[in-house]
Amino acid sequence: MGDNLTALTTIFTEFYYWVTVVFMFLIHVGFCMYEVGVSRRRNHLHTLMKNTMVIPLVTITFFLFGWWIYWALPNGPFIFEGKGLILDGVTGATQYGPASPKMGTNLQDHITGVFWAAFLLFSWTVASIVSGSLIERIRSGAFWIIAVMIGSVTWIIDAAWGWHFDGWMVKLLGYHDAYASGVIHAIGGGTALGVLVVLGPRLGRFAPDGTPRAFVPHNPWLVTIGLFLIYTGFWGFYAACNVPIISPATIAGQITGETWTATTIYLTPTTLSAITVNFIMSLSGGLLVAYLISKGDPFWTYSGGLAGIITASAGNDLYHPIQAFIVGGIGIYIAYKLHYWVERRFQIDDAVGAVAVHGYAGFVGLVIAGFLLWGYPSSPYEGYAAVNPLGNTIGAVIMFFVLGFLPGWIMATILNSFGLLRVPRQVELMGLDFRTLHDEEAARQEVRNIEKALA
Amino acid sequence: MTNTWAVDLKDVGAVYPLIGWELVMVLIAVALWILWHILQIRQENREFAEDIRLYGSKESIKKALDEHPV
Repeated sequence: MGDNLTALTTIFTEFYYWVTVVFMFLIHVGFCMYEVGVSRRRNHLHTLMKNTMVIPLVTITFFLFGWWIYWALPNGPFIFEGKGLILDGVTGATQYGPASPKMGTNLQDHITGVFWAAFLLFSWTVASIVSGSLIERIRSGAFWIIAVMIGSVTWIIDAAWGWHFDGWMVKLLGYHDAYASGVIHAIGGGTALGVLVVLGPRLGRFAPDGTPRAFVPHNPWLVTIGLFLIYTGFWGFYAACNVPIISPATIAGQITGETWTATTIYLTPTTLSAITVNFIMSLSGGLLVAYLISKGDPFWTYSGGLAGIITASAGNDLYHPIQAFIVGGIGIYIAYKLHYWVERRFQIDDAVGAVAVHGYAGFVGLVIAGFLLWGYPSSPYEGYAAVNPLGNTIGAVIMFFVLGFLPGWIMATILNSFGLLRVPRQVELMGLDFRTLHDEEAARQEVRNIEKALA
Repeated sequence: MTNTWAVDLKDVGAVYPLIGWELVMVLIAVALWILWHILQIRQENREFAEDIRLYGSKESIKKALDEHPV
Protein backbone atom coordinates (compact mmCIF):
# COMPACT_ATOMS: atom_id res chain seq x y z
CA MET A 1 0.00 0.00 0.00
CA GLY A 2 3.00 2.29 -0.31
CA ASP A 3 3.17 5.13 2.22
CA ASN A 4 1.21 5.40 5.46
CA LEU A 5 -1.25 7.96 4.10
CA THR A 6 -2.18 5.63 1.27
CA ALA A 7 -2.50 2.77 3.74
CA LEU A 8 -4.78 4.77 6.05
CA THR A 9 -6.91 5.96 3.15
CA THR A 10 -7.25 2.40 1.86
CA ILE A 11 -8.16 0.92 5.23
CA PHE A 12 -10.59 3.79 5.92
CA THR A 13 -12.28 3.20 2.58
CA GLU A 14 -12.43 -0.54 3.21
CA PHE A 15 -14.02 0.00 6.63
CA TYR A 16 -16.38 2.68 5.28
CA TYR A 17 -17.90 0.32 2.71
CA TRP A 18 -18.03 -2.50 5.24
CA VAL A 19 -20.16 -0.33 7.55
CA THR A 20 -22.51 0.55 4.67
CA VAL A 21 -22.97 -3.14 3.92
CA VAL A 22 -23.98 -3.90 7.50
CA PHE A 23 -26.44 -0.98 7.50
CA MET A 24 -27.88 -2.04 4.16
CA PHE A 25 -28.57 -5.52 5.50
CA LEU A 26 -31.35 -3.84 7.48
CA ILE A 27 -33.10 -2.99 4.20
CA HIS A 28 -33.61 -6.68 3.60
CA VAL A 29 -34.78 -7.28 7.15
CA GLY A 30 -37.23 -4.42 6.70
CA PHE A 31 -38.53 -5.70 3.37
CA CYS A 32 -39.13 -9.16 4.87
CA MET A 33 -41.04 -7.71 7.85
CA TYR A 34 -43.01 -5.42 5.58
CA GLU A 35 -44.06 -8.17 3.18
CA VAL A 36 -44.98 -10.63 5.91
CA GLY A 37 -46.99 -7.91 7.66
CA VAL A 38 -48.94 -7.18 4.49
CA SER A 39 -49.59 -10.83 3.66
CA ARG A 40 -52.50 -12.79 5.11
CA ARG A 41 -51.85 -15.32 7.88
CA ARG A 42 -52.15 -18.31 5.60
CA ASN A 43 -49.27 -17.09 3.41
CA HIS A 44 -46.72 -15.90 5.97
CA LEU A 45 -44.05 -18.52 5.66
CA HIS A 46 -43.95 -18.63 1.88
CA THR A 47 -43.88 -14.83 1.77
CA LEU A 48 -40.93 -14.75 4.15
CA MET A 49 -38.97 -17.45 2.35
CA LYS A 50 -39.64 -15.92 -1.06
CA ASN A 51 -37.76 -12.79 -0.08
CA THR A 52 -35.16 -14.46 2.14
CA MET A 53 -33.88 -16.68 -0.66
CA VAL A 54 -33.12 -13.61 -2.75
CA ILE A 55 -30.00 -13.34 -0.60
CA PRO A 56 -28.20 -16.52 -1.66
CA LEU A 57 -29.46 -16.60 -5.25
CA VAL A 58 -28.59 -13.03 -6.14
CA THR A 59 -25.32 -13.35 -4.26
CA ILE A 60 -24.00 -16.34 -6.19
CA THR A 61 -25.15 -14.99 -9.55
CA PHE A 62 -23.83 -11.51 -8.83
CA PHE A 63 -20.49 -13.11 -8.09
CA LEU A 64 -20.63 -15.24 -11.23
CA PHE A 65 -21.65 -12.55 -13.73
CA GLY A 66 -23.29 -9.46 -12.20
CA TRP A 67 -20.09 -7.71 -11.14
CA TRP A 68 -18.44 -8.47 -14.46
CA ILE A 69 -21.40 -6.90 -16.30
CA TYR A 70 -20.90 -3.63 -14.41
CA TRP A 71 -17.34 -3.28 -15.62
CA ALA A 72 -17.92 -4.75 -19.08
CA LEU A 73 -20.89 -2.80 -20.39
CA PRO A 74 -20.49 0.96 -19.75
CA ASN A 75 -20.12 1.41 -23.49
CA GLY A 76 -23.74 0.57 -23.94
CA PRO A 77 -25.92 -1.34 -26.34
CA PHE A 78 -24.12 -0.09 -29.42
CA ILE A 79 -20.54 -0.28 -28.08
CA PHE A 80 -20.11 3.43 -27.63
CA GLU A 81 -16.99 5.18 -29.01
CA GLY A 82 -15.85 1.98 -30.68
CA LYS A 83 -14.22 0.89 -27.45
CA GLY A 84 -15.46 -2.64 -27.69
CA LEU A 85 -17.11 -4.71 -25.03
CA ILE A 86 -14.36 -4.64 -22.47
CA LEU A 87 -12.82 -1.45 -21.15
CA ASP A 88 -9.08 -1.24 -21.33
CA GLY A 89 -6.61 -0.49 -18.61
CA VAL A 90 -7.30 -0.41 -14.90
CA THR A 91 -11.05 -0.62 -15.32
CA GLY A 92 -10.86 -3.73 -17.48
CA ALA A 93 -13.75 -6.04 -16.68
CA THR A 94 -11.87 -9.30 -16.71
CA GLN A 95 -10.23 -8.50 -13.41
CA TYR A 96 -13.72 -8.35 -11.88
CA GLY A 97 -14.85 -11.63 -13.39
CA PRO A 98 -15.48 -14.60 -11.09
CA ALA A 99 -12.20 -16.28 -12.02
CA SER A 100 -10.05 -13.24 -11.28
CA PRO A 101 -7.54 -13.51 -8.41
CA LYS A 102 -8.81 -10.10 -7.25
CA MET A 103 -12.12 -11.71 -6.32
CA GLY A 104 -10.54 -14.11 -3.83
CA THR A 105 -8.62 -13.47 -0.63
CA ASN A 106 -5.93 -11.20 -1.96
CA LEU A 107 -3.57 -9.18 0.23
CA GLN A 108 -2.94 -6.65 -2.53
CA ASP A 109 -6.58 -5.63 -2.78
CA HIS A 110 -8.57 -4.27 0.16
CA ILE A 111 -11.30 -2.56 -1.84
CA THR A 112 -12.72 -4.86 -4.52
CA GLY A 113 -14.44 -7.17 -2.01
CA VAL A 114 -16.24 -4.50 0.00
CA PHE A 115 -17.12 -2.52 -3.12
CA TRP A 116 -18.55 -5.71 -4.64
CA ALA A 117 -20.52 -6.32 -1.44
CA ALA A 118 -21.96 -2.78 -1.46
CA PHE A 119 -23.17 -3.32 -5.02
CA LEU A 120 -24.50 -6.74 -4.06
CA LEU A 121 -26.64 -5.20 -1.34
CA PHE A 122 -28.08 -2.85 -3.98
CA SER A 123 -28.86 -5.98 -5.99
CA TRP A 124 -30.77 -7.58 -3.11
CA THR A 125 -32.68 -4.33 -2.64
CA VAL A 126 -33.79 -4.09 -6.25
CA ALA A 127 -35.00 -7.71 -6.23
CA SER A 128 -36.78 -7.12 -2.92
CA ILE A 129 -38.63 -4.15 -4.40
CA VAL A 130 -40.21 -6.50 -6.93
CA SER A 131 -40.89 -9.23 -4.38
CA GLY A 132 -43.50 -7.42 -2.30
CA SER A 133 -45.78 -6.59 -5.23
CA LEU A 134 -46.24 -10.21 -6.18
CA ILE A 135 -47.03 -11.85 -2.86
CA GLU A 136 -49.63 -14.56 -2.25
CA ARG A 137 -49.95 -15.82 -5.82
CA ILE A 138 -46.57 -16.01 -7.57
CA ARG A 139 -44.62 -19.26 -7.44
CA SER A 140 -41.46 -18.85 -5.40
CA GLY A 141 -39.47 -20.57 -8.14
CA ALA A 142 -40.70 -18.07 -10.71
CA PHE A 143 -39.92 -15.12 -8.50
CA TRP A 144 -36.40 -16.36 -7.86
CA ILE A 145 -35.69 -16.52 -11.59
CA ILE A 146 -37.04 -12.97 -11.92
CA ALA A 147 -34.92 -11.95 -8.90
CA VAL A 148 -31.77 -13.24 -10.58
CA MET A 149 -32.75 -11.43 -13.78
CA ILE A 150 -33.13 -8.03 -12.14
CA GLY A 151 -30.61 -8.49 -9.31
CA SER A 152 -27.73 -9.82 -11.36
CA VAL A 153 -28.46 -8.74 -14.93
CA THR A 154 -30.81 -5.87 -15.76
CA TRP A 155 -30.13 -3.48 -12.88
CA ILE A 156 -26.40 -3.91 -13.20
CA ILE A 157 -26.64 -3.21 -16.93
CA ASP A 158 -28.41 0.05 -16.06
CA ALA A 159 -25.71 0.79 -13.48
CA ALA A 160 -23.01 0.23 -16.11
CA TRP A 161 -24.83 2.59 -18.47
CA GLY A 162 -25.96 5.32 -16.10
CA TRP A 163 -24.27 4.85 -12.73
CA HIS A 164 -20.65 4.53 -13.73
CA PHE A 165 -18.11 7.30 -14.22
CA ASP A 166 -17.57 5.99 -17.75
CA GLY A 167 -21.18 5.09 -18.62
CA TRP A 168 -22.50 6.04 -22.05
CA MET A 169 -25.68 7.59 -20.61
CA VAL A 170 -23.60 9.94 -18.48
CA LYS A 171 -21.39 10.90 -21.41
CA LEU A 172 -24.05 11.27 -24.08
CA LEU A 173 -27.18 12.22 -22.17
CA GLY A 174 -25.74 13.97 -19.13
CA TYR A 175 -27.71 11.46 -17.07
CA HIS A 176 -27.48 12.23 -13.34
CA ASP A 177 -28.87 9.88 -10.70
CA ALA A 178 -26.52 10.16 -7.73
CA TYR A 179 -28.50 8.09 -5.18
CA ALA A 180 -30.32 5.81 -7.59
CA SER A 181 -33.84 7.16 -8.13
CA GLY A 182 -33.71 5.40 -11.47
CA VAL A 183 -30.98 2.80 -11.44
CA ILE A 184 -32.47 1.01 -8.43
CA HIS A 185 -35.99 2.29 -7.83
CA ALA A 186 -37.46 3.07 -11.25
CA ILE A 187 -36.19 -0.21 -12.67
CA GLY A 188 -37.51 -2.10 -9.64
CA GLY A 189 -40.96 -0.54 -9.96
CA GLY A 190 -40.99 -0.99 -13.74
CA THR A 191 -40.05 -4.66 -13.48
CA ALA A 192 -42.73 -5.24 -10.84
CA LEU A 193 -45.34 -3.65 -13.11
CA GLY A 194 -44.25 -5.78 -16.09
CA VAL A 195 -44.62 -8.97 -14.05
CA LEU A 196 -47.91 -7.85 -12.48
CA VAL A 197 -49.51 -7.31 -15.88
CA VAL A 198 -48.93 -10.99 -16.73
CA LEU A 199 -49.42 -12.40 -13.23
CA GLY A 200 -52.80 -10.80 -12.55
CA PRO A 201 -54.39 -9.85 -9.24
CA ARG A 202 -54.97 -12.06 -6.22
CA LEU A 203 -58.24 -13.97 -6.39
CA GLY A 204 -61.09 -11.79 -5.17
CA ARG A 205 -59.04 -8.59 -5.20
CA PHE A 206 -61.40 -6.91 -7.67
CA ALA A 207 -65.19 -7.00 -7.91
CA PRO A 208 -66.69 -7.98 -11.30
CA ASP A 209 -67.13 -4.29 -12.11
CA GLY A 210 -63.43 -3.68 -11.46
CA THR A 211 -63.80 -2.04 -8.06
CA PRO A 212 -60.83 -2.99 -5.86
CA ARG A 213 -61.45 -4.75 -2.54
CA ALA A 214 -59.17 -3.97 0.39
CA PHE A 215 -56.90 -6.83 1.43
CA VAL A 216 -56.04 -5.42 4.83
CA PRO A 217 -52.46 -5.99 6.10
CA HIS A 218 -52.75 -8.52 8.90
CA ASN A 219 -50.12 -6.78 11.06
CA PRO A 220 -49.69 -3.01 10.68
CA TRP A 221 -46.99 -3.03 13.36
CA LEU A 222 -44.80 -5.36 11.36
CA VAL A 223 -45.40 -3.28 8.23
CA THR A 224 -44.45 0.02 9.83
CA ILE A 225 -41.47 -1.30 11.75
CA GLY A 226 -40.33 -2.94 8.53
CA LEU A 227 -40.47 0.44 6.81
CA PHE A 228 -38.60 2.03 9.72
CA LEU A 229 -35.86 -0.54 9.22
CA ILE A 230 -35.78 0.21 5.49
CA TYR A 231 -35.26 3.90 6.36
CA THR A 232 -32.39 2.87 8.64
CA GLY A 233 -30.76 0.74 6.01
CA PHE A 234 -31.22 3.55 3.53
CA TRP A 235 -28.60 5.58 5.44
CA GLY A 236 -26.08 2.93 4.57
CA PHE A 237 -27.35 2.89 1.00
CA TYR A 238 -26.69 6.61 0.64
CA ALA A 239 -23.21 6.38 2.13
CA ALA A 240 -22.43 3.40 -0.09
CA CYS A 241 -23.24 5.47 -3.19
CA ASN A 242 -20.30 7.76 -2.39
CA VAL A 243 -16.58 7.35 -2.80
CA PRO A 244 -15.61 8.43 0.75
CA ILE A 245 -12.30 10.11 0.02
CA ILE A 246 -10.29 10.61 -3.13
CA SER A 247 -7.41 12.82 -4.19
CA PRO A 248 -7.63 15.05 -7.27
CA ALA A 249 -4.72 13.13 -8.73
CA THR A 250 -6.80 9.94 -8.68
CA ILE A 251 -9.38 11.65 -10.88
CA ALA A 252 -6.63 12.29 -13.40
CA GLY A 253 -6.20 15.83 -12.07
CA GLN A 254 -9.55 16.91 -13.48
CA ILE A 255 -10.38 18.50 -10.14
CA THR A 256 -7.46 20.89 -9.72
CA GLY A 257 -5.53 21.65 -6.55
CA GLU A 258 -4.78 19.40 -3.61
CA THR A 259 -8.13 19.24 -1.80
CA TRP A 260 -9.27 15.68 -1.23
CA THR A 261 -13.02 15.13 -1.38
CA ALA A 262 -15.87 12.68 -1.19
CA THR A 263 -17.52 12.08 -4.55
CA THR A 264 -20.58 10.51 -6.06
CA ILE A 265 -20.32 7.37 -8.18
CA TYR A 266 -19.63 9.74 -11.11
CA LEU A 267 -16.57 11.13 -9.25
CA THR A 268 -18.31 14.52 -8.98
CA PRO A 269 -17.65 16.18 -5.62
CA THR A 270 -20.14 16.09 -2.75
CA THR A 271 -20.05 15.70 1.04
CA LEU A 272 -21.48 13.11 3.37
CA SER A 273 -22.83 16.02 5.39
CA ALA A 274 -24.86 17.41 2.47
CA ILE A 275 -26.46 14.14 1.55
CA THR A 276 -27.31 13.44 5.20
CA VAL A 277 -29.27 16.69 5.47
CA ASN A 278 -30.99 16.14 2.15
CA PHE A 279 -31.88 12.56 3.06
CA ILE A 280 -33.71 13.72 6.19
CA MET A 281 -35.34 16.68 4.46
CA SER A 282 -36.69 14.58 1.59
CA LEU A 283 -37.91 11.94 4.05
CA SER A 284 -39.73 14.69 5.95
CA GLY A 285 -41.27 16.21 2.83
CA GLY A 286 -42.54 12.78 1.80
CA LEU A 287 -43.97 12.00 5.25
CA LEU A 288 -45.80 15.32 5.56
CA VAL A 289 -47.48 15.16 2.15
CA ALA A 290 -48.26 11.44 2.45
CA TYR A 291 -49.96 11.99 5.80
CA LEU A 292 -52.23 14.63 4.32
CA ILE A 293 -53.19 12.88 1.08
CA SER A 294 -53.73 9.51 2.79
CA LYS A 295 -55.60 11.13 5.71
CA GLY A 296 -53.12 9.75 8.20
CA ASP A 297 -53.04 6.17 6.90
CA PRO A 298 -49.91 4.63 8.50
CA PHE A 299 -49.11 2.39 5.51
CA TRP A 300 -49.08 5.27 3.05
CA THR A 301 -47.49 7.76 5.43
CA TYR A 302 -44.49 5.49 5.99
CA SER A 303 -44.36 4.62 2.31
CA GLY A 304 -44.52 8.33 1.56
CA GLY A 305 -41.39 8.97 3.58
CA LEU A 306 -39.62 6.36 1.49
CA ALA A 307 -41.01 7.77 -1.74
CA GLY A 308 -39.84 11.24 -0.67
CA ILE A 309 -36.26 10.04 -0.34
CA ILE A 310 -36.48 8.07 -3.58
CA THR A 311 -37.77 11.06 -5.54
CA ALA A 312 -35.05 13.41 -4.32
CA SER A 313 -32.27 10.83 -4.57
CA ALA A 314 -31.27 11.60 -8.16
CA GLY A 315 -30.12 15.08 -7.14
CA ASN A 316 -29.55 14.87 -3.40
CA ASP A 317 -25.81 15.36 -3.89
CA LEU A 318 -26.48 18.93 -5.03
CA TYR A 319 -29.94 20.07 -3.90
CA HIS A 320 -30.52 22.66 -1.23
CA PRO A 321 -32.28 20.98 1.73
CA ILE A 322 -35.51 22.86 1.08
CA GLN A 323 -35.42 21.72 -2.55
CA ALA A 324 -35.00 18.13 -1.33
CA PHE A 325 -37.93 18.66 1.05
CA ILE A 326 -40.26 19.94 -1.68
CA VAL A 327 -39.14 17.39 -4.26
CA GLY A 328 -39.85 14.61 -1.75
CA GLY A 329 -43.37 15.89 -1.23
CA ILE A 330 -44.07 16.22 -4.95
CA GLY A 331 -42.87 12.67 -5.54
CA ILE A 332 -45.24 10.96 -3.13
CA TYR A 333 -48.17 13.09 -4.27
CA ILE A 334 -47.75 11.93 -7.87
CA ALA A 335 -46.94 8.34 -6.90
CA TYR A 336 -49.99 8.06 -4.62
CA LYS A 337 -52.40 9.43 -7.21
CA LEU A 338 -50.95 7.29 -9.99
CA HIS A 339 -51.10 4.16 -7.83
CA TYR A 340 -54.88 4.38 -7.37
CA TRP A 341 -55.52 5.47 -10.94
CA VAL A 342 -53.57 2.51 -12.35
CA GLU A 343 -55.15 0.13 -9.84
CA ARG A 344 -58.70 1.08 -10.85
CA ARG A 345 -58.05 1.56 -14.56
CA PHE A 346 -56.06 -1.64 -15.19
CA GLN A 347 -56.88 -3.82 -12.16
CA ILE A 348 -53.23 -4.00 -11.18
CA ASP A 349 -52.86 -5.59 -7.75
CA ASP A 350 -49.61 -4.23 -6.35
CA ALA A 351 -49.81 -5.62 -2.82
CA VAL A 352 -47.29 -3.23 -1.26
CA GLY A 353 -47.45 -0.20 -3.54
CA ALA A 354 -43.92 -0.83 -4.79
CA VAL A 355 -44.61 0.25 -8.35
CA ALA A 356 -45.71 3.63 -7.02
CA VAL A 357 -43.24 4.17 -4.20
CA HIS A 358 -40.21 2.98 -6.17
CA GLY A 359 -41.22 3.11 -9.82
CA TYR A 360 -43.28 6.26 -10.23
CA ALA A 361 -41.40 8.21 -7.55
CA GLY A 362 -38.05 7.20 -9.06
CA PHE A 363 -39.19 8.18 -12.55
CA VAL A 364 -40.51 11.55 -11.38
CA GLY A 365 -37.33 12.15 -9.38
CA LEU A 366 -35.18 11.76 -12.49
CA VAL A 367 -37.29 14.19 -14.49
CA ILE A 368 -37.22 16.78 -11.71
CA ALA A 369 -33.44 16.42 -11.30
CA GLY A 370 -33.02 17.08 -15.02
CA PHE A 371 -34.68 20.46 -14.59
CA LEU A 372 -33.29 21.49 -11.21
CA LEU A 373 -29.72 20.52 -12.08
CA TRP A 374 -29.89 21.74 -15.69
CA GLY A 375 -26.40 22.83 -16.74
CA TYR A 376 -24.44 21.14 -13.94
CA PRO A 377 -21.53 19.02 -15.19
CA SER A 378 -22.38 15.33 -15.07
CA SER A 379 -18.72 14.38 -14.68
CA PRO A 380 -15.37 15.92 -13.77
CA TYR A 381 -14.02 14.66 -17.09
CA GLU A 382 -14.11 16.69 -20.29
CA GLY A 383 -16.44 15.88 -23.15
CA TYR A 384 -19.43 14.78 -21.08
CA ALA A 385 -22.89 16.26 -21.69
CA ALA A 386 -24.16 18.52 -18.91
CA VAL A 387 -27.18 17.50 -16.86
CA ASN A 388 -30.38 18.43 -18.73
CA PRO A 389 -34.12 17.66 -18.66
CA LEU A 390 -34.20 15.68 -21.90
CA GLY A 391 -31.26 13.46 -20.93
CA ASN A 392 -32.69 12.61 -17.54
CA THR A 393 -36.17 12.01 -18.98
CA ILE A 394 -34.78 9.64 -21.61
CA GLY A 395 -32.85 8.02 -18.77
CA ALA A 396 -36.07 7.61 -16.77
CA VAL A 397 -37.71 5.89 -19.74
CA ILE A 398 -34.71 3.57 -20.13
CA MET A 399 -34.77 2.68 -16.43
CA PHE A 400 -38.53 2.20 -15.99
CA PHE A 401 -39.61 0.81 -19.36
CA VAL A 402 -36.65 -0.46 -21.37
CA LEU A 403 -34.70 -2.21 -18.59
CA GLY A 404 -37.59 -2.50 -16.11
CA PHE A 405 -41.06 -3.12 -17.50
CA LEU A 406 -40.00 -4.89 -20.70
CA PRO A 407 -37.70 -7.59 -19.24
CA GLY A 408 -40.21 -8.15 -16.41
CA TRP A 409 -43.07 -8.62 -18.85
CA ILE A 410 -41.03 -10.88 -21.16
CA MET A 411 -39.72 -13.11 -18.35
CA ALA A 412 -43.18 -13.38 -16.76
CA THR A 413 -44.69 -14.28 -20.14
CA ILE A 414 -42.10 -17.01 -20.70
CA LEU A 415 -42.60 -18.47 -17.22
CA ASN A 416 -46.37 -18.28 -17.66
CA SER A 417 -46.19 -20.16 -20.96
CA PHE A 418 -44.56 -23.07 -19.10
CA GLY A 419 -47.16 -22.92 -16.32
CA LEU A 420 -44.50 -21.86 -13.84
CA LEU A 421 -45.61 -18.31 -12.95
CA ARG A 422 -48.69 -18.55 -10.78
CA VAL A 423 -49.60 -20.97 -8.00
CA PRO A 424 -52.58 -23.24 -8.74
CA ARG A 425 -55.98 -21.74 -7.97
CA GLN A 426 -56.85 -24.21 -5.20
CA VAL A 427 -53.52 -23.62 -3.44
CA GLU A 428 -53.93 -19.86 -3.64
CA LEU A 429 -57.38 -20.13 -2.08
CA MET A 430 -56.43 -22.47 0.75
CA GLY A 431 -53.22 -20.51 1.38
CA LEU A 432 -49.63 -21.32 0.50
CA ASP A 433 -48.89 -22.32 4.08
CA PHE A 434 -52.06 -24.36 4.57
CA ARG A 435 -50.46 -27.80 4.72
CA THR A 436 -47.66 -26.58 7.02
CA LEU A 437 -50.14 -24.91 9.36
CA HIS A 438 -52.39 -27.96 9.22
CA ASP A 439 -49.54 -30.33 10.05
CA GLU A 440 -48.34 -28.07 12.86
CA GLU A 441 -51.81 -27.98 14.39
CA ALA A 442 -52.05 -31.77 14.13
CA ALA A 443 -48.69 -32.07 15.93
CA ARG A 444 -49.86 -29.72 18.69
CA GLN A 445 -53.08 -31.66 19.08
CA GLU A 446 -51.19 -34.92 19.36
CA VAL A 447 -49.00 -33.53 22.15
CA ARG A 448 -52.06 -32.13 23.93
CA ASN A 449 -53.77 -35.52 23.74
CA ILE A 450 -50.70 -37.28 25.13
CA GLU A 451 -50.36 -34.75 27.94
CA LYS A 452 -54.03 -35.17 28.84
CA ALA A 453 -53.56 -38.94 28.93
CA LEU A 454 -50.55 -38.51 31.22
CA ALA A 455 -52.38 -36.15 33.60
CA MET B 1 -0.19 -22.40 -1.55
CA THR B 2 1.39 -20.04 0.97
CA ASN B 3 3.82 -21.91 3.22
CA THR B 4 5.23 -19.03 5.27
CA TRP B 5 4.09 -15.59 6.48
CA ALA B 6 7.73 -14.51 7.02
CA VAL B 7 7.65 -12.41 3.87
CA ASP B 8 7.25 -8.80 2.81
CA LEU B 9 3.48 -8.55 2.33
CA LYS B 10 3.87 -6.21 -0.63
CA ASP B 11 4.99 -9.27 -2.53
CA VAL B 12 1.94 -11.34 -1.55
CA GLY B 13 -1.26 -11.38 -3.60
CA ALA B 14 -3.85 -14.15 -3.73
CA VAL B 15 -3.55 -16.63 -0.86
CA TYR B 16 -6.54 -18.97 -1.23
CA PRO B 17 -6.15 -22.67 -1.94
CA LEU B 18 -6.18 -24.00 -5.53
CA ILE B 19 -4.82 -20.88 -7.23
CA GLY B 20 -5.01 -21.48 -10.97
CA TRP B 21 -8.20 -23.55 -10.68
CA GLU B 22 -10.54 -20.55 -10.55
CA LEU B 23 -12.29 -21.33 -13.84
CA VAL B 24 -13.04 -24.88 -12.73
CA MET B 25 -14.50 -23.53 -9.48
CA VAL B 26 -16.64 -21.07 -11.46
CA LEU B 27 -17.99 -23.86 -13.68
CA ILE B 28 -18.85 -25.93 -10.61
CA ALA B 29 -20.66 -22.93 -9.07
CA VAL B 30 -22.65 -22.32 -12.28
CA ALA B 31 -23.69 -25.98 -12.38
CA LEU B 32 -24.75 -25.93 -8.71
CA TRP B 33 -26.74 -22.74 -9.20
CA ILE B 34 -28.70 -24.09 -12.19
CA LEU B 35 -29.19 -27.45 -10.49
CA TRP B 36 -30.69 -25.67 -7.47
CA HIS B 37 -33.36 -24.01 -9.62
CA ILE B 38 -34.22 -27.31 -11.31
CA LEU B 39 -34.54 -29.17 -8.02
CA GLN B 40 -36.52 -26.34 -6.43
CA ILE B 41 -39.05 -26.15 -9.27
CA ARG B 42 -39.54 -29.92 -9.21
CA GLN B 43 -40.02 -29.81 -5.45
CA GLU B 44 -42.52 -26.97 -5.74
CA ASN B 45 -44.52 -28.82 -8.41
CA ARG B 46 -44.69 -31.93 -6.20
CA GLU B 47 -45.80 -29.86 -3.20
CA PHE B 48 -48.61 -28.16 -5.10
CA ALA B 49 -49.80 -31.47 -6.55
CA GLU B 50 -49.85 -33.00 -3.07
CA ASP B 51 -51.68 -29.98 -1.61
CA ILE B 52 -54.37 -30.30 -4.28
CA ARG B 53 -54.63 -34.08 -3.85
CA LEU B 54 -55.05 -33.82 -0.08
CA TYR B 55 -56.99 -30.61 0.35
CA GLY B 56 -58.08 -29.40 -3.07
CA SER B 57 -61.78 -30.23 -2.84
CA LYS B 58 -64.30 -27.42 -2.49
CA GLU B 59 -65.19 -28.50 1.03
CA SER B 60 -61.56 -28.68 2.14
CA ILE B 61 -60.81 -25.24 0.79
CA LYS B 62 -63.84 -23.74 2.55
CA LYS B 63 -62.72 -25.45 5.76
CA ALA B 64 -59.19 -24.09 5.24
CA LEU B 65 -60.53 -20.58 4.85
CA ASP B 66 -62.46 -20.94 8.12
CA GLU B 67 -59.40 -22.30 9.93
CA HIS B 68 -56.91 -19.78 8.60
CA PRO B 69 -58.71 -16.60 7.62
CA VAL B 70 -57.00 -13.30 6.94
